[in-house]
Amino acid sequence: MSELNYGLSEMAMEIRSMVREFAETRVKPVRAELDETGKFPTEILKELGKMDLMGLYIPPEYGGTFEGDSMPNLIAVEELSRVCIGVSVSFAANGLGADPILIGGSDEQKKKYLSPLASGEKMAAYALTEPNAGSDAAGIRTTAVKKGDKYVLNGTKQWITNGGEADIYTVFAVTDKKRGSRGVSCFIVEKDTPGFTFGKKEDKLGIRASATRELIFEDCEVPAENLIGREGTGFIWAMKTFDVSRPGIAAQAVGLAQGALDESVMYAKVREQFGKPIIANQGLSWMLADMATKVETARALTYATVQSIDRGVKDYSKFSAMCKVYASDVAMQVTTDAVQVLGGYGYMKEYPVEKMMRDAKILQIYEGTNQIQREIIGLALNKEYAAFGK
Amino acid sequence: MHIVVCVKQVPNTTQVRINPETNTLVRDGVESIMNPFDENALEMALLLKEKHEGSTITVLTMGPPQAEAILKEAVGRGADSVVLLCDRAFAGSDTWATSYALSTAIAKLEKADLLLFGKQAIDGDTAQVGPGVADWMGLPCIAYARSIEIADGKAVVERAFEDGYEKLEVSLPCALTVLKEANVPRMASLRGKMAARKLEIVPMTAEDSGADPEKLGLNASPTRVVKIFSPPPKTGGVLWQDEEPAEMAQKLVDLLKERKLI
Amino acid sequence: MGLKVDLELCTGCGACVSVCPFCALVQREDGKVEVNEACTACGACLEICPVEALSMEVVEKKVDTAVLDAFRGVWVFAEQRRGKLQEVAFELLGEGRVLAEQLGVELCAVLLGSEIQDCAVTLFEHGADKVYMVDHPALKDYTAEPYSEAMSALIRKYKPEVVLAGATSMGRGFIASVAIQVSAGLTADCTELGVDTEKRLLLQTRPAFGGNIMACIICPDHRPQMATVRPKVFNHPVPVAGRTGELIQETVEIKDPVVRLLETVNAMQDEVNVAGAEFIVTGGRGLGGPENFKLLHDLAEALGGAAVGASRAAVDAGWISSFHQVGQTGKTVRPKVYIACGVSGQIQHLVGMNSSDTIIAINKDPDAPIFGVADIGIVGDLFHVIPDLIKSLKK
Repeated sequence: MSELNYGLSEMAMEIRSMVREFAETRVKPVRAELDETGKFPTEILKELGKMDLMGLYIPPEYGGTFEGDSMPNLIAVEELSRVCIGVSVSFAANGLGADPILIGGSDEQKKKYLSPLASGEKMAAYALTEPNAGSDAAGIRTTAVKKGDKYVLNGTKQWITNGGEADIYTVFAVTDKKRGSRGVSCFIVEKDTPGFTFGKKEDKLGIRASATRELIFEDCEVPAENLIGREGTGFIWAMKTFDVSRPGIAAQAVGLAQGALDESVMYAKVREQFGKPIIANQGLSWMLADMATKVETARALTYATVQSIDRGVKDYSKFSAMCKVYASDVAMQVTTDAVQVLGGYGYMKEYPVEKMMRDAKILQIYEGTNQIQREIIGLALNKEYAAFGK
Repeated sequence: MHIVVCVKQVPNTTQVRINPETNTLVRDGVESIMNPFDENALEMALLLKEKHEGSTITVLTMGPPQAEAILKEAVGRGADSVVLLCDRAFAGSDTWATSYALSTAIAKLEKADLLLFGKQAIDGDTAQVGPGVADWMGLPCIAYARSIEIADGKAVVERAFEDGYEKLEVSLPCALTVLKEANVPRMASLRGKMAARKLEIVPMTAEDSGADPEKLGLNASPTRVVKIFSPPPKTGGVLWQDEEPAEMAQKLVDLLKERKLI
Repeated sequence: MGLKVDLELCTGCGACVSVCPFCALVQREDGKVEVNEACTACGACLEICPVEALSMEVVEKKVDTAVLDAFRGVWVFAEQRRGKLQEVAFELLGEGRVLAEQLGVELCAVLLGSEIQDCAVTLFEHGADKVYMVDHPALKDYTAEPYSEAMSALIRKYKPEVVLAGATSMGRGFIASVAIQVSAGLTADCTELGVDTEKRLLLQTRPAFGGNIMACIICPDHRPQMATVRPKVFNHPVPVAGRTGELIQETVEIKDPVVRLLETVNAMQDEVNVAGAEFIVTGGRGLGGPENFKLLHDLAEALGGAAVGASRAAVDAGWISSFHQVGQTGKTVRPKVYIACGVSGQIQHLVGMNSSDTIIAINKDPDAPIFGVADIGIVGDLFHVIPDLIKSLKK
């Protein structure tokens, strides 16, 4: 297969081949079963931990292998996604849950919580969304009231990825209602803390291997040292987290779309109608051409964004939003096209593309809907071109 | 506990094809891999190492310089040290000479409490080297093992027969040949691969192992290959297609009755 | 000694490199070829060289022919388990008789065990002229060490020129040790045996490379010439009731077994064992999942009690236990009727069943290799054909 040279490090390329082989041999044989049963991929994640792949984003002093190159982790997500994004989101959600600690946590907090994540011994989850606060994240209502050397949490979180499976939760709660988004704080809450329970597990359209649950806090007491940074800094960590997590979603989308493209081309070469393989029809091969072009564009934008972040570019929120919105839209288009290419077979569960199409939809919704992403980009443009107009 | 695992680099014989015109083997494009049963043996060692703290694993192979690749793979999975037994003198060895050579190399290592082999190599398919080495070394050997538990210097091993299993007990040191159903071999870890990359393997020669040159290679091998040929293709069958399943099924039953088979 | 390359003749075309099964031929920078230690001297490359630059140098060893000539007789290891002689023992007596006739020597059976005297009668009836028996408590439950000790002692004393054993779990387990102990050549898993009467050589043919190639092997200057033989390849001889022979009871000093039997688990209690079945129905990857083996069990029942087999793919996928596996690394079978369902027919599978009397294959893919060996090939969806087959059988 021909590939573009994205200037990847040797480590990133090693990760690509390791995770690709892993995905092919360990994930592919069970993905249909995971999708049907909604079973959480515990064994798969455990094995990834044993292979030292859970700490690609964590610095060595906390047990990981991150030394300034974000591409290995991104590529691990991409390669897992090629086979199943239910599995890759379970993998990536650990990084998401850990991000507030990485970005705003103290050394003690990092030592305590990042090491077990790096080894795969424990898992993490990010808890921001509530029934009444999705796109309007500032509208969260979970409260955290200081009581001596503890904070008491009350409220509900909704649709939390890895909810129930994770041991470490970064939970956003209101500590000062009067200050709006500047009154939100972020806490590290461990599973089995009294007052912290889980609600139902959601039955979803796609990414069914991923565990999506409600978190319920009822007078849940959390030690004060589990506050990340100072009170009121919660939203800073949240926004900074999105800036680095959104390219991760883009990576999921690129991997998923690539997997769908692969299935489509392979099928088109083998399926014969009217005496020839269907790829011989221009209408179909042009369809594949467009799919491939979109996938590579999405990949290029995503890689460029992440490599720029590594290189120290300061203002990258717009680009994070761009790669997320573009790649996820591409994934939805390409997986839908893939079902079309496989025709009747594409619609059947026996073939993997209908699952890919169902899986793709969430990429346009979570981590900030694509409408929110466009809002971010539009506002950024407005600001950048401040010199013009009123 | 010191565990020695013997592995072999083999062509992936499931990928091998026969050239229909010349009726010869086509080796091109067939990748060299660690013998699959040896992977199970290595995994057994790795699982024991996890369970018994302080254990070490040495992986040994007898082969040409390119066999280094499987030793690196073994380190990637968690082996502590490796030995490449490499010498032109070994060329043409049958299982008698091979098992002798391996035994001399193993004797030079730290004393092994457990010696593990894969059931058979998928190129030679003899299943003789493991028991052979054990005999040269005077160790008891349990072949076709699917599980092992170690406690108080004794091993409890389940071995397979054609129709069942037996549970056997033996004192260490001992040797085992390992079946595929024993475990699912793990993949190399990132740290393991980094360690493997830094590995510099200095081959052990026949002289280093102290092997008696009279017992090595083609010259010393009691058996010799006279010729190799491809099995002739079978001919003369009938093929039914484009018919209704029910019709073909009935035709088959009629034919079987006709031939007095049912 | 071994494979030699005439570097002057070598043109660097590389033709030999691609036929070497063991990657023993490597091209240098100048294109010319070198032989490395992976070479097994199999000779596969000799004919392919267009300029005859490859040759096999065989130095004939100075062997004391008197020493070799002292070895006479064809021996067969009569495998028994818990007092019951195994099928392969009879198959070996059948073939052993042919070899013994060609060599003009006696056919003897080796019976090892504890209180197994009664087995001797059957062995005589199936063609053994002599039975060497070692009856010792240490041999009651099979473990490799006492068995190899007993066998080696017998070989050293009575000097047979040929020793055959079944390539079974037991046979392959201890015979390899015997070969080391008596410095004999041992060939594994033979599917064909012949004799060079002039040189008194056993010609041993066996599959290698996963069944992709056949190798013909000899043991020119060591005795005995030992071989393990694949079960179900040779025929069960017709017994002659009342035929007798000489029973030689040997007392052998055997060390106490170091391996202790704790318990036996018979895992195939309720199922028909593939190994001896006359009718076998095998499932492959085409079955799609473990639950579909039920369909094969139904077919097996409709056939009056067939055994259910499996290809390696089905076993590896965890759909059925490895006892059912047929193939190079599984069991060899030779039923009257073998029905392969959803089996592609990789060579590793074929070598395990291609001596079946009648082979029937059902597969969706008309190009599946299984159709190359099938007597009756049905191109169709097994999920339709098999139920229809069951219906037709029940009529």
